[in-house]
Amino acid sequence: MIELRNIRKGFGEKEILKDVSATMEAGKTNLVIGASGSGKTVLMKCMVGLIPVDSGQVLYNGEDFTTMDDNEKKPIRQAIGMLFQGSALFDSMTVEQNILFPLDMFSSMSYKEKRKRVQECLDRVELKDANKKFPAEISGGMKKRVGIARAIVLNPKYLFVDEPNSGLDPQTSLVIDKLIKDITVDYNITTVVNTHDMNTVMESGDHIIYMHQGKKQWEGSNEDIIFSEDKLLNDFIFASEFFQDIKEMRKMEIFRDKNWRSKGGEAPTNS
Amino acid sequence: MEFRFFYHFGRFLLMLKGMFSRPENFRMYWKEFMKQCVDIGIGSLGIVAIISTFLGAVTTVQTAYQLTSALIPKSTIAMVVRDTMIIELAPTLICIVLGGVVGSKIASELGNMRISEQIDAQEIMGINTKAYLIGPKILAALLTIPALVVIAAFLGIFGGLEAGKLSGILSHEQFMEGLRGQFDGYNVFFALSKSYTYAFIISSVPAYYGYHVQGGALEIGKASTTAVVVSCVMILFADYALAAILL
Repeated sequence: MIELRNIRKGFGEKEILKDVSATMEAGKTNLVIGASGSGKTVLMKCMVGLIPVDSGQVLYNGEDFTTMDDNEKKPIRQAIGMLFQGSALFDSMTVEQNILFPLDMFSSMSYKEKRKRVQECLDRVELKDANKKFPAEISGGMKKRVGIARAIVLNPKYLFVDEPNSGLDPQTSLVIDKLIKDITVDYNITTVVNTHDMNTVMESGDHIIYMHQGKKQWEGSNEDIIFSEDKLLNDFIFASEFFQDIKEMRKMEIFRDKNWRSKGGEAPTNS
Repeated sequence: MEFRFFYHFGRFLLMLKGMFSRPENFRMYWKEFMKQCVDIGIGSLGIVAIISTFLGAVTTVQTAYQLTSALIPKSTIAMVVRDTMIIELAPTLICIVLGGVVGSKIASELGNMRISEQIDAQEIMGINTKAYLIGPKILAALLTIPALVVIAAFLGIFGGLEAGKLSGILSHEQFMEGLRGQFDGYNVFFALSKSYTYAFIISSVPAYYGYHVQGGALEIGKASTTAVVVSCVMILFADYALAAILL
């Protein structure tokens, strides 16, 4: 579990994060959504310690990460996996070497065991025949998969994902979303995802935090979002008529499900 | 300007201080060190060989051109070539060239890693990136650049020997006679002192500029250019300072 307590961060005169507090639970996909410039990425970088906070606390299972020195941070950092917006693969290494790198650095496994673990991770992200390719030779979606494989190779307790769907087509985005969701549940990881992809919000947002101008504006589940009366949130999520229609349809679906259940019946499925 | 100098100098010292920590995995650091030795040492060998051979050859021809008196023996040319190559041309000129070749490579490599968040990715894994990415580069430069300077001095003298014979200025025997005459071993110590100092400058200054790049591709180019210019100016300052102190 990750807990944020009154996080503040500014650059020069400009205050980027204004007193942000939240709790990210294990086994859940915690989404941080918001418009560009709302402070999502800065918040994530503060959480992983890439940017120091001005005030406030980031607690990993109750341990205050912000007051630790570099040596104290190491064990927590080794329990963190992160997928960057641009994947951040090491471009001088092949796909296999990229995933092998954290194992080489931190594990005491034999070479054979490491190779086995790399293959397990590649299978987990359903990436085939790319072991010997360099990052420049693979597609954006494949890079994201390699990034995820590298992030999970050390069995992290915390997974951070920054804009997993940026630059991807809708179909690949769905696959990546599902992969992140499955990994979160299967390994009981605390996952934090920065996104402004509405599909991700609706499909995999167990816990959603909406950021607006550096503040936490709203918090809830993807079901709560449908019924939210928060104007800023509604303006952000249901900006287009298309999404307004989807919102109404989802509302009706949820009402129908609840109605059936209250009468003791099983909710009808779409199939 | 003064404050910017102190800002950069302070940050440079902090970067060096940050390098000193226990390696996460000694084998990986060793692997990186060997990779850098190959990149910096073997990678620059070709250009060093070409430049130093021609420097020696040109020095022979130009010294012969200036020594017009019949009273001065021809073997003096070899002495001049030897001492010029050892004291100045091999360490300073070769290191200025290496400042361009190696310096721009280090700055652009680290800059690209910074911009594409590869350094952040390693930080998050719990790696001390200053120690892992910069440390092996500086150590590899300290090992290979003095070796390159020694090779350059030998090749420069060889270039002078052959140029003297080919242009009919002096025979191999005359050149060898001059080469052995009045040799001062302190010059070699002086040349190596210079080459260690320059090796540190060539590797650490570009590493500083590359590691702290902010922005995009344009900034990587700017950082690379600045790194090379600052390294070359620092080499020239160090050249004068070392000459004033050690000679």
